[in-house]
This record gives sequence, structure tokens and C-alpha cells, in this order.
Amino acid sequence: MTAIAIGIILGCCALGAGMAMIAGIGPGIGEGNAVAKACEAIGRQPECKGSVTTTMIMGCAIAETTGLYALVIAILLIFVAPSRLVDILMNIIG
Amino acid sequence: MNKKSMSFKLIDAVLILMMIVPLACAMAIQVMTKPAADGVAIEGARIFFTIPMPIQDLPITESQVNTWLIMISLFFLCLYLTHGLTEKCESRRQAFAEWIVEKTDELVKENMGEYFKSFSPFVCGILALSAFSSLSSMLGIFPPTSDINVVAGWAVIVFILITYYKLKGGVFNYLKSFTQPVPVLTPFNIISEFATPVSMSFRHYGNVLSGTVISALVATGLQGLSHMLLSWIPGKLGEFPLFQIGLPAVLSLYFDIFSGCMQAFIFAMLTMLYVAGAFPVEEWQKRMEKKKNRKKKTAQYETVK
Repeated sequence: MTAIAIGIILGCCALGAGMAMIAGIGPGIGEGNAVAKACEAIGRQPECKGSVTTTMIMGCAIAETTGLYALVIAILLIFVAPSRLVDILMNIIG
Repeated sequence: MNKKSMSFKLIDAVLILMMIVPLACAMAIQVMTKPAADGVAIEGARIFFTIPMPIQDLPITESQVNTWLIMISLFFLCLYLTHGLTEKCESRRQAFAEWIVEKTDELVKENMGEYFKSFSPFVCGILALSAFSSLSSMLGIFPPTSDINVVAGWAVIVFILITYYKLKGGVFNYLKSFTQPVPVLTPFNIISEFATPVSMSFRHYGNVLSGTVISALVATGLQGLSHMLLSWIPGKLGEFPLFQIGLPAVLSLYFDIFSGCMQAFIFAMLTMLYVAGAFPVEEWQKRMEKKKNRKKKTAQYETVK
């Protein structure tokens, strides 16, 4: 019985981590858009390549934030949550 | 160029030695305290010992120790760069030091305006500490920036600065800014106020940690692959790490060097933008001017009386 409970906890943690990373779609699309527009801008005005690139990298890094939130949650779910939850379960069972 | 004296060279040697010793110390601690483990493991900072404190025990972790060692190293790097300054800029190291100072001054002035000129040392300090902390993973030691507590500490400092400058622009204005544009949004404004340090620390920590995790996963995968392909060969040759040669280094180039420097720059950039955005300089100067005029007028009035 305990083994099944622990198995369910581990499986749900892994599933949750996988689902959390769905958030990776958003930054992917956003950064792709940003880079496409930057390429257009450089094509139109090659002389401001430097400043466009710097601004684009800054923007990309900020757009990445939501993806990183998801990553942090996924990492917590994989490496931290299972042991905590199993401890709680063991305390309840006694 | 005049010849350098013996004592000058001696002090130089001591400074360089003091730059290298803390890093070597960190590596030695890593080698001596890390338990031997087979395979690649992903783990957080190890706790060396705890100091008993009234409210909660204070654990001394690997990231704290490494941060302090990197700070000592940076301190002696600064001393080395500024050792033997001359008015005419004769040595290469002085040119380098001046280049650093000029560039950061320029960056700060460009992004924060004339009023925040004095922020340049702070920005340069946070940039250097963050970059060197991330780059320290190249030495094989635990990079302090992949521990959220370290980065959260920096973010809290920035948050205090932001709040200070918002309050300096007027306490009433600060409180009023929460009810903008409509009073219904007040709870969301409060949440977004606290989201600033959280997002800053998570961005930096997540980037460095994701590099570590992906490197470890790739290393494990390559180990498995080379084992699968070569395990039929008997003897030592069967354990030859065929795919682990070179390939992880390419990833390290991106995750350790590029990503580390990039995140340090972004952290410094966001610090500058947030602090500068928190304080309306022109409005404040206008108000101060008005106050001064009013005081002058009342003084004149009293003298006339």
C-alpha cells in the first residue's frame, strides 16, 4: 500500500514537471518574433546593427522569464518535492 | 618608462598570489569535502556547518563560502589593477582599469541619467561579482549564482534601493501610484511591486541552474551512449569515454561563459532601469525649486515686515 502511494507521488511529480514545461511554448514564440523583427530592422537599416542586437538580446532575456519560472517549478517538482511529500506521507502513516 | 623598483614588483607578486589563493582554496575545499560519487549527480549547495542562532540556526553553505572567496579574489584584482597609478597612464593595467571605469560610467549615464552618476561603482560591483560567480563554475567549484539565496539577496538590495527612491519622490506619490490607473487594481499593483525582486532573482538563478542541469543530463546521456556502443570490447578499452570528449565543452561554452556573462549584464541593466524608473528626477527638481522659491519669498516678506 505504501509502495503504491509513493509510486503515485513520484508519478504525479514527474507528470506535473512535464506539464509545467508546456509554458516553454510562450517564450519560444515570443523570442522568435523578436528575432524576426530584429532581422527585418537590420535588413532595413544595417547601420544600427549593434544597438538593435543589444536591445534584442535584452528583450529576449526578459521574455525568457516566464519559461524560466516554469523551469524552476519543474526542477523543484523533480528534485525537491518527491522527498518532501514522501516524508509528509510517512509522518501521516506514522 | 622608468624602471620599477624591487618593492613594487614584490607587492605586485603578493597581490597576484592573493588573487589566486582564494580560488585555489575553493577548489581544494571542493576536492576535499565532496564525497566520491559515481556518475553525474545534480544537487544543491552542501552545508558545511551550522552556527546556532536565537531564532533560527545559520547554516554556512558552499555558496556562501565560495561567494566570500570570489569577493576576496575580486578585491585583490582591484588592488592589483590600481597599484602604481600615474597621471599619464603609463602601464597597460592602468589603461585597462581606466577602460573599465569609463565604460561603466558611460553605461550608467546612458541608462540612468546625470542624476544617478554615483551609481556606477555599485553597478560595476554587482556586474563583476555576478559574472565572476557564474564563471567560477569553469574551475569546477559550485557557482554561487546557481543558489537562489545568493541571487535573492542581491535582488532584495535592489528592491530596497527601488523603494527608497520611490519614497524619496514623495511618500504620498508612492502610495498614490498603487491606485493607478483605477483603485480596483491596488492588489495587483502590490503583487507586481513584489514580483520585481522575485523575477530578477529567478531569471538569474534559473539560467545558471538550467545550464548546470542540462550539462549534467548531456554528460550522463553521452556516458550511456558510449557504454552502449563500446561495451562489447573486453578490457579497459570497453570503458573508453568516446563521446564525452569535446562535446560537453561546446555546451559549456554557451551555458557557462555566454549565459553567465549575459545574465550578469542583464541583472545590472535591470538594476539600472528599475532604480532610474523609480525616481522622477525632473519632477523632483521642479518641486525642490518651488520649495526654495517659497522659502525665499517668505524670508523676503518677513524682512519687509
